[in-house]
Amino acid sequence: MHMADALISPSVGVGFWALSVGGIAYSAKKLKEQMDDKIVPLMGILGAFVFAAQMINFTIPATGSSGHLGGGMLLSILLGPYAGFIVMASILTIQALFFADGGLLALGCNIWNLGFYTSFIAYPLIYKQITKNGKYHFIASLISVVVGLQLGAFSVVLQTFFSGISELPFKTFVMLMQPIHLAIGIVEGIVTAAIIKYVYTIKPEILLTSIPIEKKMKNDTSIKKLILMFAVLTVITGGLLSWFASSNPDGLEWSIEKVYGKPELPEKDSGIVNVLKNIQEKLAILPDYTFKKLEKKEEASEIEKYPNIDIGTSVSGILGALVVLLVAFGTGYIIKTVKRRG
Amino acid sequence: MRFDEEFFNLGYIDRLSYKETFIHNIDARVKLVIVILYIISVISYSKYTVSSLFPFLLIPVLFMTLGEIPVKFVLKRLVVVSPFIFFIAIFNPLLERNIAFYIYGIPINYGTISFISIIIKFVLTVSIIIILVATTSFAGLCYALRYFKIPEIFVNQLLFLYRYIFVLTEEAMRMIRARDMRSFGKKGTELNFYTKLAGSLLVRSINRAERIYYAMLSRGFNGTMPYNRKREANIKDFIFLFAMLLILFFFRFFDPVNIVGKFIERII
Amino acid sequence: MSHHIVKFENVTFKYPDGTEALKGINLLITHGESVGIVGANGSGKTTLLMHLNGYLIPTTGIINIGDIILNKKTRLEIRKKVGVVFQNPDDQLFMPTVYEDVAFGPINMGFDERNVEIKVKSALEIVGCYDLKDKPPHHLSGGQKRAVAIASVIAMEPDILAMDEPSSNLDPKSRRSLINLLKSFSHTKIIASHDLDMILDVCNRCIVIKEGVIVADGPSEVILSNEKLLEENNLELPLSLQKR
Repeated sequence: MHMADALISPSVGVGFWALSVGGIAYSAKKLKEQMDDKIVPLMGILGAFVFAAQMINFTIPATGSSGHLGGGMLLSILLGPYAGFIVMASILTIQALFFADGGLLALGCNIWNLGFYTSFIAYPLIYKQITKNGKYHFIASLISVVVGLQLGAFSVVLQTFFSGISELPFKTFVMLMQPIHLAIGIVEGIVTAAIIKYVYTIKPEILLTSIPIEKKMKNDTSIKKLILMFAVLTVITGGLLSWFASSNPDGLEWSIEKVYGKPELPEKDSGIVNVLKNIQEKLAILPDYTFKKLEKKEEASEIEKYPNIDIGTSVSGILGALVVLLVAFGTGYIIKTVKRRG
Repeated sequence: MRFDEEFFNLGYIDRLSYKETFIHNIDARVKLVIVILYIISVISYSKYTVSSLFPFLLIPVLFMTLGEIPVKFVLKRLVVVSPFIFFIAIFNPLLERNIAFYIYGIPINYGTISFISIIIKFVLTVSIIIILVATTSFAGLCYALRYFKIPEIFVNQLLFLYRYIFVLTEEAMRMIRARDMRSFGKKGTELNFYTKLAGSLLVRSINRAERIYYAMLSRGFNGTMPYNRKREANIKDFIFLFAMLLILFFFRFFDPVNIVGKFIERII
Repeated sequence: MSHHIVKFENVTFKYPDGTEALKGINLLITHGESVGIVGANGSGKTTLLMHLNGYLIPTTGIINIGDIILNKKTRLEIRKKVGVVFQNPDDQLFMPTVYEDVAFGPINMGFDERNVEIKVKSALEIVGCYDLKDKPPHHLSGGQKRAVAIASVIAMEPDILAMDEPSSNLDPKSRRSLINLLKSFSHTKIIASHDLDMILDVCNRCIVIKEGVIVADGPSEVILSNEKLLEENNLELPLSLQKR
């Protein structure tokens, strides 16, 4: 689910670059404050480990297809959120550069999608909460991986949508992305949980040593930051819910029906529903902003909506394109032959 | 054999990046700036742009040939990474069916045009990145990042990561070979076995990190990494930068396709 | 030159998990000596080496290196005196290029750029690897990695060189050039190894460790020809001393 340069608009690309660099700078600052020198080689090695582990494929039970480890949650569990985020960002950078996974401009989006939600939302708000008493590591890592990946996938949809390059309707895209990543998330969650469990049995002191680092983090996570995180989470889930509510009323009604036995809510004016409804109304433009609406409008505003197509509109366009292509390839060919002779 | 392919690929790019050519010798900072501006220029065209993108092909071609990067290698990479983008882009022709124009009576819709545009942008942006890393040593790139004020911890992390990717992937590969040798058919690639393999690789890695930390301490490590790669940009770098900026500017704002086309039309 | 001595007095060490790795080590190594430390796997050789530059601090007992008593405060000082070459050069070469790796120590010691350059150059020339200075470590062969790892340590100009299995994983030719290199050093050398032929070649004194205790200490030729002693310690006679 790596975003690609060709699918995003410059503003989305630059915007998420700014967000991700901000995230890195913030994490770097936090890490520097609590710098335990020991973490320097550990971060490098664990990054390389995730890299290597991603290259080993495994068979997903009952399907026969193969999956691989994402690693974001594993890193956060072992290193804490700040170091985990930086390591994940470094892995994605190398993948963007060497495997052309995604792209350079889309790198900001990818760091955000695969790093931020896992390290700063799923890890502190889910994993840490569930494992507060030092128990339930397995279920905690499973749930937090799934949630992190769901948020990431939804983020991909939003970025694609706001870039406006792909014609995929918002709704369809969400319907494609979320279930696929639910399946991926469950498998990855199980793998992450199993690895954590394995390490815990072989070398329990590894998880123990990561605790002091986390303890320091816990103390400096101020209420303000937590509230901010909650706000982000609420907006995202709220948006998601309200969107489901608006474009897929059957879905919400169906679930209400299941709970209350009738398709209406008992208290119509209860606060949270109103809030959701409000958000829903505000966001309701989104699902409508798809090709159907455009189709209706298109006759009236075609000139506005579509720019003059530069290919084929004139003979000169085609001629020019051909010549430019010839020049491009010709230059390469000439340099190559000259070099070979020289 | 996905694993081996990926591994050797990284090693291959790494080896390419240590060649000595005109492009390789250009300052990493200059190349990074050019590549980023290049990508932004390409991406900033509207989604229905096709022919105006053609001139931009000249730059990857130039880098590739001057840097002696095999075309086949770049093309192969493009094919490997294309499925996701193809999957997303293929919906455009299906969803946006308003006819833009006819070519010999065959209707071409807007969706098809934007599909072609996405694919061209993809080819341009991906190939320029591959060419960048194949013509620039990774340490040089990191030096450029530090120069542009990317947080030091992150840059150090990149260097450390890059250094040990080679060591750990080799270790993982040895483990996989051992697995494959003893797993006939599918058995042994199951999840259960995978977690044990990854788990023990993880434990080994953590032990390794400890040994490295010991090695660092014994050589006076005090929390900062003294990467002291200094390189002064020379006149050649500046000329190259200037020329490339000029070309990019010309391509982006003067649409050479149109100019050349009109010129030829007049001659005919 | 008494300040290059290494002195262990009743040193014991217990790992946090309870394993007692050293159980009362007493030894004195004087300036310029070259000492081989041999013993079975798990006998405590590596643990002992890890004390030499203060990565581990003894649980009880005193370690005196160059007239400085090892403790948490003095270990930075001691690290300047003792250079440790690790068993796996991949763990030791963590910088992106050979040059930067060898420069790591001198820069941390506070030398300016010019002096760092001089030190790096001379260290790399000693091990014959100056040509490799711009290469990344993963482009080097096993023997080259080992040589660069040694250079990275001698660039800090330590008085004492400690090495863990320096000849492991080397082809015979690389091993031979390593032995010649070690012989050319005038440093105090402490070498832990299973390669008894190399010990015999390089070290004039040999110490046998068994389960955290020194069981034999004497001239290499004497110790390494004692078949019974060696066998008790999972070792065997060096090839050069075996009768055909």
